[in-house]
Amino acid sequence: MLEKALTGSKKYYGWITLLLAVIAVGFAFYLGQLSFGLGITGMSRDVTWGFYIAQFTFLVGVAASAVMLVLPYYLHNYKAFGKITILGEFLAVASVVMCALFIFIDLGQPARVLNVLLYPSPNSILFWDMIVLNGYLILNIVIGWKVLEAERNGVAPPGWLKPLIYLSIPWAVSIHTVTAFLYSGLPGRGFWMTAILAPRFLASAFASGPAFLILLCLLVRKVTKFDPGREQIQSLAKIVTYGIIINLFFFLCEIFVVYYSGIPEHLDHFNYLYFGLDGHGALVPWMRASIILMVVGIILLVNPVTRRNEGILAVACIVVFVGTWIDKGLGMISGGFVPSPLHHVNEYVPTLPEIIIAAGVWAIGFLVLTALFKIAVSIKEEVAGVA
Amino acid sequence: MMESSRRRFLKIAGVSALGLGTKPLLDVFAASGEKGDKQKAQVLPNKEALTATQWAMVIDTKKFKSAEDLVPMIEACNKIHNIPEFKNKKHEIKWIWAEEFKHAFPTRNMRFLPERIEQLPFLVLCNHCENPPCVRVCPTQATFKREDGIVHMDYHRCIGCRFCMAACPYGSRSFNFRDPRPFIMKRNPEFPTRMKGVVEKCNFCAERLAVGKMPNCVEAANGALTFGDLEDPGSGVRELLRSNYMIRRKQGLGTRPAVYYIV
Repeated sequence: MLEKALTGSKKYYGWITLLLAVIAVGFAFYLGQLSFGLGITGMSRDVTWGFYIAQFTFLVGVAASAVMLVLPYYLHNYKAFGKITILGEFLAVASVVMCALFIFIDLGQPARVLNVLLYPSPNSILFWDMIVLNGYLILNIVIGWKVLEAERNGVAPPGWLKPLIYLSIPWAVSIHTVTAFLYSGLPGRGFWMTAILAPRFLASAFASGPAFLILLCLLVRKVTKFDPGREQIQSLAKIVTYGIIINLFFFLCEIFVVYYSGIPEHLDHFNYLYFGLDGHGALVPWMRASIILMVVGIILLVNPVTRRNEGILAVACIVVFVGTWIDKGLGMISGGFVPSPLHHVNEYVPTLPEIIIAAGVWAIGFLVLTALFKIAVSIKEEVAGVA
Repeated sequence: MMESSRRRFLKIAGVSALGLGTKPLLDVFAASGEKGDKQKAQVLPNKEALTATQWAMVIDTKKFKSAEDLVPMIEACNKIHNIPEFKNKKHEIKWIWAEEFKHAFPTRNMRFLPERIEQLPFLVLCNHCENPPCVRVCPTQATFKREDGIVHMDYHRCIGCRFCMAACPYGSRSFNFRDPRPFIMKRNPEFPTRMKGVVEKCNFCAERLAVGKMPNCVEAANGALTFGDLEDPGSGVRELLRSNYMIRRKQGLGTRPAVYYIV
């Protein structure tokens, strides 16, 4: 089946070439980081995690969202999703690949990464994160591949796959829960120390992931002969609607607790992000935009008239995706570090090399995604006899 | 064509499996020639070494008058531990340094403080917590708690993930954002320099305790710092604890810092 990724139109090759070019530039800058050290980033003694870890956190959510297709199809026998489950699973694969790379490029001594296996430390949530992410990657590759292969050969998927598929459902929840536990279990980091963090991560994941998938479905319909289907897209849209509303609700719960209790260790971070603190407020316009985008997304999605219009739906999905990305991929991580535990306000802004390296990783993710989607769609076309 | 290559693959796989299968057998012969595994090398402790169940420090801030009084202790540490001097504050390496009261004790800050406390800088360093969050989160055990209570680091095992820095509620840890060696003013050959990409922090001068010496900051403190075993009722630390009310940083977090302050 892999050969399907190697043949395609001129446009396909053009896109691949573009991605390879971005990867090459990102890699060149990574070599720079490797030789100089992480000092080329905007991170500092006070803000020790930045853009890379934020991208990782956001993408774990996108990966976990595959469960929003798998669960209705396999547990509720919602047949319509059978057609596009593979797209969700392959999106998960590409996302987890990016997650792993973002962790890797964030390491000060990447050559020693295998120390995590050599000295397994169950105390550390990072150890468990490694296990759940790798497990999820393998599950989705195996499940996606075998189901697609069976579809191609016109046979039922092998029986041993069923338990793995069922396992992948709680496993998807686990990857984002464990990722939230990385942050929410740290004493002295008031911003993250809330039990709502994992549920909120999941809610925003179930909004951003399916929103991105809708956009991909619309794109697939446009550039290939495979139509993911109107019903499928509309069902996904409802999932996005619930996801983004629940995310905003959880966020407001957090806002209530923080502002009504008024405990400074929690309050200061929120003040920094949404109002600025001691004259520092680089993220304020972004964080406010994020809230506005999420609200606009909800308005467009809740209203059936706008939701059913695929053009407006696409806009709503972009709005939701960008809104949740700012929330998680920009504010969530550095917001926890400002102010510092000693109550100094040292802001973080990513540097250009840092953004270019991150773009390289995103490009690798898109390359994996493109190849996998190309395979899946080619086989769908082949089975339908339209190729 | 395909058949023959599959056959070839199976052949190679078969031979490889046979090779792996005989390894335990070969090991038996290999080991029989040596005294080998069972006799493990032992490291004998230095008879002079200072030992404790939980090392602790008392900082008597009443004995300091100004920021200058803290300089000898900070410099004593920086010199022997090869601390680099970076111009860029973002990349700073700090093991022991001075902070105002409101930063050293942000949870105890008040509008009206005695002038002395408001203006006096406080020495801050790793607290060598009895319940250290940094040790809990380290994915490689590069940060660990020793038998004597010191929270120690293996710079050669650290992968530079900086999870410990997110976990430390005291900002006591520094990361080598770049190669520190060109920025070390005068290198002390008796203590290792670090490389880029690893975390570091105060080690309570474990290397000095091992040869029977007190931590360097304590020696430079003119009696303002007292170092001793928290579990030994006869130690200087315990004696001071009996007669002074002391505070620790962010006590509410349950980390149980081993650095106490007389204010």
